[in-house]
This record gives sequence, C-alpha cells and structure tokens, in this order.
Amino acid sequence: MAQVTLNNVKKIYAGGVEAVKGVSFDIPDGGFCVLVGPSGCGKSTLLRMVAGLETISAGEVAIGSRVVNQVEPADRDIAMVFQNYALYPHMSVYDNMAYGLRNRGTPKDEIDKRVQEAARILAIEPFLQRRPRQLSGGQRQRVAMGRAIVRKPQVFLFDEPLSNLDAKLRVQMRVEIKKLQRALGVTAIYVTHDQVEAMTLSDKLVVMNGGQVEQIGVPSEVYRKPASRFVATFIGSPPMNLLPAKVDGHGIIALGDALLQARDLREDLATGTAVEVGLRPEDIEIASEGAAGSLPFDVEFIEELGATQLFHGQLAGKPFVMQAATGDVAAQAGRLWISVDPDKVHVFHAESGVRLGKA
Amino acid sequence: MVEDRRLGDAIAYVILTIGVLIVAFPVWLTFVASTWDNATIINGQLPLYPGPHFFDNYYRILFVGTSGSTREPVASMMLNSFVMAMTIALGKIFISVLSAYAIVYYRFPFRMAAFWIIFVTLMLPVEVRIFPTFKIVSDLGMLDSYQGLAVPLIASATGTLLFRQFFMTIPDELLEASKIDGAGPFKFFKDTVLPLSLTTIAALFVIQFIYGWNQYLWPLLITTKDSMQTIVIGIRKMITTSDALTEWQLAMATAMLAMLPPVFVVIAMQRLFVKGLVETEK
Repeated sequence: MAQVTLNNVKKIYAGGVEAVKGVSFDIPDGGFCVLVGPSGCGKSTLLRMVAGLETISAGEVAIGSRVVNQVEPADRDIAMVFQNYALYPHMSVYDNMAYGLRNRGTPKDEIDKRVQEAARILAIEPFLQRRPRQLSGGQRQRVAMGRAIVRKPQVFLFDEPLSNLDAKLRVQMRVEIKKLQRALGVTAIYVTHDQVEAMTLSDKLVVMNGGQVEQIGVPSEVYRKPASRFVATFIGSPPMNLLPAKVDGHGIIALGDALLQARDLREDLATGTAVEVGLRPEDIEIASEGAAGSLPFDVEFIEELGATQLFHGQLAGKPFVMQAATGDVAAQAGRLWISVDPDKVHVFHAESGVRLGKA
Repeated sequence: MVEDRRLGDAIAYVILTIGVLIVAFPVWLTFVASTWDNATIINGQLPLYPGPHFFDNYYRILFVGTSGSTREPVASMMLNSFVMAMTIALGKIFISVLSAYAIVYYRFPFRMAAFWIIFVTLMLPVEVRIFPTFKIVSDLGMLDSYQGLAVPLIASATGTLLFRQFFMTIPDELLEASKIDGAGPFKFFKDTVLPLSLTTIAALFVIQFIYGWNQYLWPLLITTKDSMQTIVIGIRKMITTSDALTEWQLAMATAMLAMLPPVFVVIAMQRLFVKGLVETEK
C-alpha cells in the first residue's frame, strides 16, 4: 500500500497532440481516487501512464516514495482491471488469476492459498475450473477483480470496469468494488465517464476535461461548489441549468427582470458584469406568485421518474429543468413560480466559465 | 407449402447426388482398376466392381515396385513425399508464426518495409523463380536430398499474412494484461498468442501439407536418384514406359495410396477445426 503522486504529468503524442496537459495531484495511502470526464479528456491516458502502458512525456509519477517513470508495468506493484476484462480466453479462471503470480515465481502453495482466498471473497469458487467464455459478464468482472486481488498490489487501477455490464449489475458491482477496496485498504485509481460511479466511489474526485484537471476535491464539495461551468454541468443529473445573467450589486444577480440572491458571489465584481447563473434542478423550490426573488417558469411537459418528476420548460426564454418529488407539485403544464436558496445559486464567468465564488 | 418444400428438397438431393457421382466416379474407377490384373484393364473390359487382385497389387506396389522404368517400391516414395510435405508444412508454420509476431507486436525501423517485401513474394511462386532457386540449391549441394526438396518451398508469404491477420484480432488489452502480469515478449507469445493461434495453425498445416504433398515440378527438377523421388513423380514415371506395357493396375494403386495421406490429414485436422470453432470465443 502506498500513496500515489503525480507531478505535472504530461502526455504528448508524436505529432504534437497534447493528450494530458500537466496534471498534478496525489492520492493518500488507501484512498479511492476517481478520474471522471467525457471521452477524450485524457483520463484513460493518465491511468495508463500510472500503469506503465504509456510512456510519460514529462513530469513524474511516484508510487510510494519511488518514481516509476522508467519502471516496467510488471515491476510497479500495480494491478489493473480492464474495461473488457482482458481475461486469457484459453486459461481457466484459476489459471487466469494464478498466471501473474507464476510469472513472479511465487511458490505453488502460496498461489493456491491466494487464489482460493480471492475466489472466496468474490464468490467465484464454483467457477475456478471454467473458461472465461463460460461465465456471465458479472462473473468475468469478478475474475478480473480476482486477478488484481491475488497480486496484493500497492495500487489498483480500474479502467471503466463496469461499462460493459447492465445497469442493475453495475450498481451491485459498484458497491462491491467500494467494499472490497475498503476491506483491503489498497489505494485505487478508477477511471469512468459515469458521474454517478464517480460520486459514489471516490474519496477524491478528479474532474478532467480536454487534458486538464477542472477540479479536485471530495465528491460533496465538487457537487456543492463546482469550480467551473464544465464541472457544474458534468456532475449532477439531470445537469445544472445555466442561464445568462448580470451582476447587480453585492451578492445580487439580475436574471431578466427578476433579482436573485447569490450568497457565494465574489464582492469585487462591477455591476453589469456578464455572468452565467447555475441552478440545479433538484435545488428549486416552489414560491408564491410575485414573492421576492421568485422566477416565472413556464412548464411545457413533465417526465415521470417514479419517485421524482422532471418539469421541462422555459425560464427567461431559455430551456430549464426542475426536479420535484412526485406529488409535491401539480403535474401539469403552465406557469409556476419558483425560488432557489441563495446558498445554492452558482455563478460563473460568462466567458471563462470559472466560478465567481468567495475565496 | 409443405408439398413444395418436399419437392424442393428432392430436387436439391438429385442435384447433390449427381454432383457427388461426377466427383466420386473417377476415384471409384481408380480404385476398381487397382484391384484387377493388367490384362483386364488393357482389354478395355474393366468392370465397375472391384476385382480379386487387391492384395497382390497393393503388396507388389508397396514393397516390390513395378517391373518398368521405376523399380522403387511405393513405400519409400511415400516416405519421401511425407518427409517433404511435413518439413514444408512445419517449416512454414514455424517461420510465418514468428515473422508475423515480429511484424504485429514489435516496433522496429522498416517494419512495414519488411512486411511489404514479404507480401510481394506472394507474386513469386516456385515456378517463377525456379531457375535461380535451382541454381542456389545445386550450388549448395542439396540436389537429391530432403533439404533440397523442402527448404526452397518453405519460404512463402501466405502463412505470414494469415497469422498477421489473426494476431491483429487479438485484443491489445491481452498484451497489456500480460505486461502487468509480468510476462515478457516471449512468454506472451508462448502462453497467450500460440494457444490462441492453434486453430489457425491447424488450418495452415492442412493447406501446406497438401501443397507439399502435391508438388510435382520442383521434385522433378532436383531429384535424379530413384531413391529420392516422391510419389507424384512415381505415378508419372509409371504411366510413361518406353519398352513395356504400362502396368495400369499398379499405377492406379499408387494413385490411391497417394490420395490417402492428404485425406487423413484433412480428416484429422477437421476435428481440431471443429474443436477450435466450439472453444474459441469469436
């Protein structure tokens, strides 16, 4: 077990394309770090650089106190779970798990002990003699996990391990991965494009976009105080509503005719500065008509999600979504008056998209 | 509709039967001819059913030889043919699996140039390069030897291409997983690539064994001793005789024997094909 440190890590491909543009962060020993971002944001490349499957163009990756830039993948003391599992199709489940240990010259009885133990933890004991193709997707996933566990590595690397599973199994495996990581206490880096996985699994969330880190933090902080417009729309489902607005004095935003209080707004902004105001669909409350700070919302149609309903419509001429518990609001098209807690009003710079929050 | 389908099936079977008869009849005739004595054949009175000389003919041709221009028994010709075909098949598999592995998995300067040079040799079969090849083999003193028979035919691009295409379908993640599992290039080849290629190897073996077994021009050129000739050459020599009657019953028996090993190889390997098809996940 060890901490992982990335220091200004860059990936520049032949031809000059910069896939990762200088990323620095560290993961404490036993931490669970999730790299999340849209496809092509460099998150997988970053993971593969930690694994040693891609060369590091600049910067340093350290596992424990050892810089591993020039170390072979096999000697980095890591284990990786691939998206398509990458199980050896011609080997039995047992051999799949034992292969890496055999290559290291681990004694036979030790291999057997570790494989049996991993199989017990993952409940795949009945399948040890089967071939991977005789297993279901979820079982293969477990074998891939087992292959990582038996190695007793310092770091687990997960490259979108759940994206080939169906929705139900994904939720189940997500919980199991988290439990397992806690139980084993192994540092983990997990790459995903699924923000729910990212929120639920991580102790440390790294949101990436275009080869750069947009925000690093604990999930609740990233959700409550997104550092940029990108993070705001990427984390949270349905995504945050963004509306063009103007600064109208200290802590006040003018949104069309209405004035909105924003408690976390920087105070040095000139009146009239163009901003974007972000309101999460789930933070919206129903207000009485014409109350101070209330906004008119024209509902056009309603989506049923069971426990909640999504109200789609227009606010100040822009598309807008509100989420409410089923039954709280009459589910019909028409005008609603809404308000938002001033603590939950997010303001971003209109051009750069940076959060205009208090320091 | 049911009636129609029955009629359709019947027509299909009729066509199939005609096809089978057309293909199988010459083979049957060959077999029948190999079981009669020469006089019956020469008279032009060959019946369509087997005769009484099966054991005589086959014993004579296998262990004694004809009385005409080729006096070698067919058993030694079959051995020659077998050694040649096996060496060609195994040699080609060995060379092409290694070269394809290098081309697909290693990054070295002029990798693509090497690949294209191999590819271009597809256009140069033995017949095209026969003179320079003969010159080289004769200068190396390999005339009338197994090396001379097999080595020049081992070099070819088909196998390399076949394995290259197959290796490119192996997911990259398997290579990466192997790297993390501490398997070097050779271990990855031995533990993962080779077991996965088993069916491709079997397919190539069948094709190349038959290719080697059926070689005519090359053995004809480089073998002069009777003891080195292959069965295909043997048949040819039995049929053209200058001062005696062609012993048709023996030539036909030789033809039957010449057919057996390729048939055996196909049948044996077919089981591996089926096994491979059932077991491989693709």
